Amino acid sequence: MNHLDTLEAESIFILRESYKKLGKLGMLWSIGKDSTVLLWLAKKAFFGHCPFPFIHVDTKHKIPAMIEYRDMIAKEFNIDLIVHTNQEAIDAGMGPQCGRLVCCKALKTDGLQQVVTKYEFDGLILGIRSDEEGSRSKERVFSERNKDSEWDYTNQAPELWDQFKTDFPKGNHIRVHPILHWNEIDIWSYIQRENIPLIDLYFAKDGERYRSLGCAECTGKIKSNATTIDQIIEELKHTTTGERAGRAQDQEDSYAMQKLRKDGYM
Amino acid sequence: MENTREQLRIVAVGHVDHGKSTVIGRLLYDTKSLPEGAIEKVKRIAKETGKPFEYAYLLDAFEEEQKQGITIDTTSLQFHTDMRDYVIIDAPGHIEFLKNMITGAASAEAALLIIDAKEGIQEQSKRHGYILSLLGIKQVCVVVNKMDLISYNQEKFNAIKKQMDEFLKNLNVHPMSYIPISAFYGENLTSKSEKLSWHAGPTVLEALDLFSQEEGLEAKPLRFPIQDVYKFDDRRIIAGRIEAGSLKIGDEILISPSSRTTKVKSIEAFVEKDRVDSVSAGMSVGITFEDEFFNKRGEIISHKINAPITSNLFKTNIFWMGKNNFVKGKKYKIKLVTQEVECEIVAFNKVIDASTLATYENALEAKTNDVAEVTIRTKEKICFDKFADNQNTGRFVIVDGYDVSGGGIISGVVEEDDVVVTSLNKDEISLPINCFDEFYFDIKALEIKKKLMKVTQFKVGANVPFLGESYDYKKDFDLIALNANLVAKVRDGILTDIILVKDYSYANTTIINEKGFGINLTSGEDLLSYRNDYKNGVNDIFANKWLNFTKYRVIKFKDVVDEIVEYEI
Repeated sequence: MNHLDTLEAESIFILRESYKKLGKLGMLWSIGKDSTVLLWLAKKAFFGHCPFPFIHVDTKHKIPAMIEYRDMIAKEFNIDLIVHTNQEAIDAGMGPQCGRLVCCKALKTDGLQQVVTKYEFDGLILGIRSDEEGSRSKERVFSERNKDSEWDYTNQAPELWDQFKTDFPKGNHIRVHPILHWNEIDIWSYIQRENIPLIDLYFAKDGERYRSLGCAECTGKIKSNATTIDQIIEELKHTTTGERAGRAQDQEDSYAMQKLRKDGYM
Repeated sequence: MENTREQLRIVAVGHVDHGKSTVIGRLLYDTKSLPEGAIEKVKRIAKETGKPFEYAYLLDAFEEEQKQGITIDTTSLQFHTDMRDYVIIDAPGHIEFLKNMITGAASAEAALLIIDAKEGIQEQSKRHGYILSLLGIKQVCVVVNKMDLISYNQEKFNAIKKQMDEFLKNLNVHPMSYIPISAFYGENLTSKSEKLSWHAGPTVLEALDLFSQEEGLEAKPLRFPIQDVYKFDDRRIIAGRIEAGSLKIGDEILISPSSRTTKVKSIEAFVEKDRVDSVSAGMSVGITFEDEFFNKRGEIISHKINAPITSNLFKTNIFWMGKNNFVKGKKYKIKLVTQEVECEIVAFNKVIDASTLATYENALEAKTNDVAEVTIRTKEKICFDKFADNQNTGRFVIVDGYDVSGGGIISGVVEEDDVVVTSLNKDEISLPINCFDEFYFDIKALEIKKKLMKVTQFKVGANVPFLGESYDYKKDFDLIALNANLVAKVRDGILTDIILVKDYSYANTTIINEKGFGINLTSGEDLLSYRNDYKNGVNDIFANKWLNFTKYRVIKFKDVVDEIVEYEI
């Protein structure tokens, strides 16, 4: 087994473990490369079936092409898709002009919390990776959240030998992170190997491309001429900037992500 | 252009403040493995907080970690040498975060044990050494850091090396090398240090490349624990991960513990390119059987020869990280691959202080951060291997309530006859008893708790403790144990005889059962109906009719009861 085979087998094991052990389950799908890899892994884990719904927390500020692409893939892969928006906050005028972290909290964290409460999820599968940023590098594969989705990161459960946290009080939920140990290049190599369909915003047009996708106002492009996966991988091997450097909310505060994620951000 | 390079996972362990995060941070910096943003961010934080730049901040991402200068939780980061890719895991050194250290170390294949040259070997240096041996991490390299603080002195280095080597030798851990370094100044980390020219061995980076990837699971006997059974379409797919060995279509297989046999009909796949005729260790697969049985998660598939051990009683080495102590008599859950079953401790053969190797025989509990040799009994039989034979099926975790609280490895099977419990004995006859255990009401926890008596075997002629803190059976009593079909007689505080129930006739004295509950008997007829009712099964109706908890027992109030045992009938 090579490196990608090992990562794939481990992620499938985690997906199957969450499906067996966690009652009501949903998978967060952001249309980006990581959660699309996750979608593909779920198809493999369950032999072409997806035995739980996918959730898109729509901030109504997403890059328009993402929404078009979302609906197309949902149809093609025959997935049960829950789209949720924190409409109350939108109606009250919430947007990045209110402060980026305030906006992320309202439209993403609170939006997600509303979905968890509404559908009473016991488990949420997310495509975060430990190499994205500091607070994610400290995550567990099965990470408990209380009823308000808060993360007690100073007292995390031990996790060893693939024996995950599957016992927890009713009302709490588990965030499952099947691709936590993949890095950015692993993701791209896997997309290429498996020929996974991907939104074209990642590929360069007019000397620019997106390296990470999010809301239109808070996501910047990078200078790049990479139009193929091979070129992207080559570019990443030599880059000295971080993957989320184009994500404005991360730069608001030295501990922005830690603070957001403590409250339940993905 | 697929990445097929080898990847090795290494953990850095050692006492708090001995520089684990600094070693890793500097290693990443020197190998240019960090994005620009990461270093800029740390420099900015150092400036904001008025603290000097620390390489450790590159790993200690939490605000609390940076402000207090300690690692709270484990992190892993990737870097590479010309030879291969590495994941390097930073583990906290503070005792309070031992469970996080174990989380980090459990996934590693090799370890760097870091010791501060000036402070020398400390408590966690040893405890972490012990944990490495329990996790089965055999490839270890000891790094003596902060050599700059002892002027790069070779004799002091040799003294630490000698002392640590003696400690680790007792644990059967044999470090591949001892390396003197100064992580902060980058001496001997990625390139040879002139200040340490007396050191002939490798640098840290060279030492990493000398570790080898563990192999061999594929060559071991097949172990395929069932994770789940899917029936999404007309296929009935047995899903799971192969923990050892390999399997091909047509193989005759044995399913344990039910001992049913069948053949592998197919190996399923979602995409055509993944379709194969055989699968092996590490793969997450799905197969179908020739014969359809009722299968469930937890069963283990093997070949007919070299099947796993099936037993409910085994000897283990455990480390305890729970917030409550690990105690005898309480019910826990054991998770071993995909099996989950209730278990309890039969005996603490040894409790060990992992930092001194001092041992306590006959202990009643293991405290947080203790290690212990424990005999465990599971409610139902489970399948496993000795850890020495197969690490994946020879290790387990213990769940206490909602929390994974302990981990352990299996060292062997125990025969039921070898279990030593508190009992009354006459020649070859042994009657297990709980009547000398104490019951308390813990006024802090507001719970009824039971404190077990230290394991003791009373022989005929011996004095028995007929008066305890929470019970008084008087000097003369008969103990009727229908579960063992035996009656013990105590006269004048001395065990005088043990006879079969059928040979016993009612006597007008204190009559208790093996747990010390009074039995409501007033005549020989009562004794007959008591025995008859017992045959129909013990339930609450039976217990409330025949047993009287408070006849000879009381529940005493107590501030705190340490040796916690759940109340049970």
